[in-house]
Amino acid sequence: MQSEWPLWEVFIRPKNGLHHIHAGSLHAADAAMAIQNARDVYTRRNEGVSLWVVESVHLHASDPDDADMLFEPAKDKIYRHPTFYDLPDEVKHM
Amino acid sequence: MTTESLTRRFQDKIDQELKIEPKDWMPDAYRKTLIRQISQHAHSEVVGMLPEGNWITRAPSLRRKVALLAKVQDEAGHGLYLYSACETLGIRRETLIEELLSGKAKYSSIFNYPTLTWADIGAIGWLVDGAAIMNQVPLCRCSYGPYARAMVRVCKEESFHQRQGFEILLTLCQGAADQKAMAQDALDRWWWPSLMMFGPSDKDSIHTAQSMRWKIKRFTNDELRQKFIDMTVPQAEVLGLTIPDPELQWDEASGHYHSGPIDWEEFGQVLRGNGPCNAERLEARQRAHQEGTWVREAAQAYAAKQIEESKKVG
Repeated sequence: MQSEWPLWEVFIRPKNGLHHIHAGSLHAADAAMAIQNARDVYTRRNEGVSLWVVESVHLHASDPDDADMLFEPAKDKIYRHPTFYDLPDEVKHM
Repeated sequence: MTTESLTRRFQDKIDQELKIEPKDWMPDAYRKTLIRQISQHAHSEVVGMLPEGNWITRAPSLRRKVALLAKVQDEAGHGLYLYSACETLGIRRETLIEELLSGKAKYSSIFNYPTLTWADIGAIGWLVDGAAIMNQVPLCRCSYGPYARAMVRVCKEESFHQRQGFEILLTLCQGAADQKAMAQDALDRWWWPSLMMFGPSDKDSIHTAQSMRWKIKRFTNDELRQKFIDMTVPQAEVLGLTIPDPELQWDEASGHYHSGPIDWEEFGQVLRGNGPCNAERLEARQRAHQEGTWVREAAQAYAAKQIEESKKVG
């Protein structure tokens, strides 16, 4: 018997059409209880219309120490942005 | 609840501009229509890399090369967003890929035309991406949440695609006579296929009416095509190029350009697989998939081995 209930991450969809957004976490014995508790704790003020719970051990995160290595290469790719291209004033709305 | 009352509730939500999300009840036909449309859209992004990829190694400058690389990279990503949105409807990625590779699934007919000169890369950015943006902006308001959200991301990223194409053509048009002639030739070849991108005319479109009721589509094919023509003609004037349509003229009464008839026979032929590059495109996708087999297998073997290793340590 597990002595501790596992940790679950809670995601809320504020309304249909929007992504689920991470709201926080809680402990629960299983997924059904996690959803129940998430409803009770995280959606008491109409925060959303749908809940996702994911056991925290199933979330794999990038290492903060790798952030520079991972994201720095996108910084100098200015040609991925529309402002990099010179257009005459007549077609500025393109 | 009966299917009838579920269907009524579903349509009520749509009428109220509420979004449908994957776990919501939806009619089978809505699901099927979305799978067909989103997968065709995804396939188009993937096959669309081929005509442009043809010029990456021959881009005339480093500036042009990085821009083209970035654009083709975006298209691969857009294919991924769309396949993922499609999978939320309960179809497997493998099934979608099989349907593309077997020739069962369709993709945009425009990508069955060849890119013969560098100016074609400019024309694709200006016209093909211009037409795609015209189609995709209203899809950001599509009733199906995952598709709409994918489109928001795609439209944001694509905002540079059309501009880089226009810049290529503008440079050619301000260059030597040969260069301007090359730009004109590209416009001559790409204009009509670009207009065909919006699909059959409204009177022949079998899906339009239902898709409009479901708010998958917000405008008809002909409405979008007309918007595209109205937007593009003044841009051709900036370039100093002539649109290859002798009937094209501004119609004061309607406030739109009047244009000549589209050769729907050509459109039908390309759709049926008889375009200039249909066989070549499909063959390229099949080869890429086949040659990638060992990579997929190796990654799985490596992952399995990592699990074994961690068991030994644990």
